[in-house]
Amino acid sequence: MIVKTMDETAAGATVYVYEAPVRLWHWISALCIVVLAITGYFIASPLPSVSGEASEHFLMGYIRFAHFAAAYIFAVGFVARIYWAMVGNKNARQLFVPPPVFNLDWWAGMFHELRWYLFLEKEPRKYVGHNPLALLFMFIAITLGGLFMIVTGFALYGEGAQGWSHALFSSWVIPLFGQSQDVHTWHHMVAWGIVWFIMLHVYAAIREDIMSPQTMVSAIISGYRSFR
Amino acid sequence: MVSDKGATMEIETFYEVMRRQGITRRSFLKFCSLTAASLGLAPGFAPKIAHAMETKPRTPVIWLHGLECTCCSESFIRSAHPLTKDVVLSMLSLDYDDTLMAAAGYQAEEIIADIRKKYKGNFILAVEGNPPLNEDGMYCIHGGRPFVEVLKETAADAKAIISWGSCASWGCVQAAKPNPTRATPVHKVITDKPIIKVPGCPPIAEVMTAVITYMLTFDRIPELDRQGRPKMFYGQRIHDKCYRRAHFDAGQFVEHWDDDAARKGYCLYKMGCKGPTTYNACSTVRWNDGVSFPIQSGHGCIGCSEDGFWDKGGFYNRVTGIHQFGIEANADKVGETVAGVTGVAIAAHAAASALSRARHKDQNKEGN
Ligand code: HEM
Ligand code: SF4
Ligand code: SF4
Repeated sequence: MIVKTMDETAAGATVYVYEAPVRLWHWISALCIVVLAITGYFIASPLPSVSGEASEHFLMGYIRFAHFAAAYIFAVGFVARIYWAMVGNKNARQLFVPPPVFNLDWWAGMFHELRWYLFLEKEPRKYVGHNPLALLFMFIAITLGGLFMIVTGFALYGEGAQGWSHALFSSWVIPLFGQSQDVHTWHHMVAWGIVWFIMLHVYAAIREDIMSPQTMVSAIISGYRSFR
Repeated sequence: MVSDKGATMEIETFYEVMRRQGITRRSFLKFCSLTAASLGLAPGFAPKIAHAMETKPRTPVIWLHGLECTCCSESFIRSAHPLTKDVVLSMLSLDYDDTLMAAAGYQAEEIIADIRKKYKGNFILAVEGNPPLNEDGMYCIHGGRPFVEVLKETAADAKAIISWGSCASWGCVQAAKPNPTRATPVHKVITDKPIIKVPGCPPIAEVMTAVITYMLTFDRIPELDRQGRPKMFYGQRIHDKCYRRAHFDAGQFVEHWDDDAARKGYCLYKMGCKGPTTYNACSTVRWNDGVSFPIQSGHGCIGCSEDGFWDKGGFYNRVTGIHQFGIEANADKVGETVAGVTGVAIAAHAAASALSRARHKDQNKEGN
C-alpha cells in the first residue's frame, strides 16, 4: 500500500499522486470544516444579543443555516470521496482503509517519522502517498472524526428537522449516548479534536514542504509530487 | 377513590365503578370526549372510549413507592381538569397506593396479595421511585421487606409496568454519582414486562392521567419511542415548541438574570436552558392547568425528564463537561487549553526546526 520504489521517489522524479476529485474534495472539505468549526462555536456560545424586535433578526438562524449547509456539503463530499476511494488510484484508497497496524514495516516507518520530528533523524523517508504518522493522524481525525461528526451532527439535526435524518440517525444515536446533551458534548469535543488536528496538519505540511525531500503543498494543489 | 376491599372481589366494568362512586352518565360521557381530545384522537373516538368502559372489566392499578420524594403523586392528584381528576381517580381503581389509601399495615399488604391472585396477569403496576440494590436492598423497606423484593414479586403477575417520573425511569437524584445506595431504574431490575416510562421530576399531571387513561380504555400500551416513552408526549423537545424560540432564532438572549433581556423575555439558552436537549410536553401542555411552565416564569429548563440530567454539569451552563474521562471542565475549556498547548508546541517546534535547518546548512557549507 505504501509505495516506495526507488525510481518513483528518486531525486528529480515527479509522480501524479492526487487525482482531481481527491484535490477538489480536500479543498472543499477544508473550507467546510473551517465554516463548521466557526459556526459550531457560535452555536454553542452565541454572539452578544441583537436589539430590537425578534421579527427583524435571524442571526442565530443564519449561523445555524450556514452550519447545516456546510454540513450537507461536507457529508455529500465524504460519501463521494468514499466512492472515489474505490474507483480512484491507489493513493485515493489510503485514507479509507484502516492503517496496516500489523505490518512491522509500517511501524518502522512510523518510528522513523517520529524520530524525524524529534530531530533524531537527518532525513525523513520518502513516500508517494502519506507517511505512516500522517496517515494515522488523518485516519483518526478525518476518516473516523469526520464520520463521527456526520453521524452525531445529523442525529442532532434530525431532532429538530425530523424526517430522514431523524429516522436514520437521531432514532438510534441519541439513545446510544443516553441523551441529546451528551451528543452535543461529544460533537463539540470531537470538533475540538479536529481543530487540533488541523493545526498540526497545516504545520506539518508546510514544514515538510520546506524540510523534507518531497513537495507537499503543491502536490495537493496540482496533484504532482516532486522529489529532490 | 381508594376502593374498599369489596370492590376487588367481584369483577366490575369501569362504568359500573364510576356510577357506584356517584358519577353521572352525563359526566361520564363528557369525560370520554375530554379523554379523546387530550390524547389527540378524533371526536369519533369518544363513543368508542365510552363503549370500552361500559363493557370492559376494570383494570386494577397497584401503585408502589420505592426510593422517591412523592412528587409524582403530588403532581398526579393535581391533574388540572376537575372532571378528569374525579373520573380518572375513581376509574383508576387505585386498589393499592400506600400514600393515598386508607388501609394500612397487614390489611394493606393483603390488598396486593388479593389483586395479584384475582387479576393475575391483568393488572397494571405503577411504580414511583426506584429500588436501591446495595446492602441487599435494605435502603428502602416496604412492609418490613426490601422494596426490590416486593417490586419483583408484584411485577411477576402484572400485565405492564408504568415507571412514573425520572426516579423509576432513569434513577434521578438518588442515583447521582457516586450513588451510595445503588438506586436503579425499574427497567434494569424488571426485564420481562412491557415498561412505559413517563419521566419528569415530576411528570406533568395531564400527561400521567392521559397515559393511564389510554392504557385502561384501549387496553394497550401507547406508542413508545426507543427509550420507552409515549411518543405523544415525549416526541418533541421543549425547544421545538417554546414560545421564546423566536428570540433564539433572532439571536436575542438573556445574559444575566437581572438584565433587560430577562425582563423582555428573551431566550434562556445562554443561561443554560436545556430545552434544546429535553423531550417533554411542558412547552405545550404546561403546568398547573396550563398556567405556566419554567421557561415562562423566567428560568431555563433543567432537563428533568432526561436520563442523567442530575449528573450533567451545571443547570446554568450551555456547554457542559465530559464525565467519561473524569474531566469536569467543560468542552470549551478543554478544547481551548489543548489548542493553546498545541499552538505553543508548534511554534517551539518550528523554531527548533529552523535552527536545526540553519545548522544543517552551515554544516553542509563547511563540508563543501
Ligand atoms: C467537522 C465538522 C463539524 C464541526 C467542527 C462541527 C462543530 C459543531 C459545534 C462546535 C457545535 C456546537 C455543539 C454544542 O451544542 O455544544 C455543533 C452543533 C451542531 N452541529 Fe456540528 N460540526 C460539524 C459537523 C456537523 C455535521 C456534518 C452536521 C450535520 C448536519 C452537524 C450538525 C450540527 C447540529 C444540528 C448542531 C446543533 C445545533 C443546535 O443545537 O442548534 N455538524 N457543531
Ligand atoms: S428558552 Fe430554552 S427552550 Fe426556549 S427557545 Fe430558548 S433555549 Fe429553546
Ligand atoms: S421545563 Fe424542563 S426542567 Fe422544567 S419541568 Fe419541563 S422538562 Fe422538567
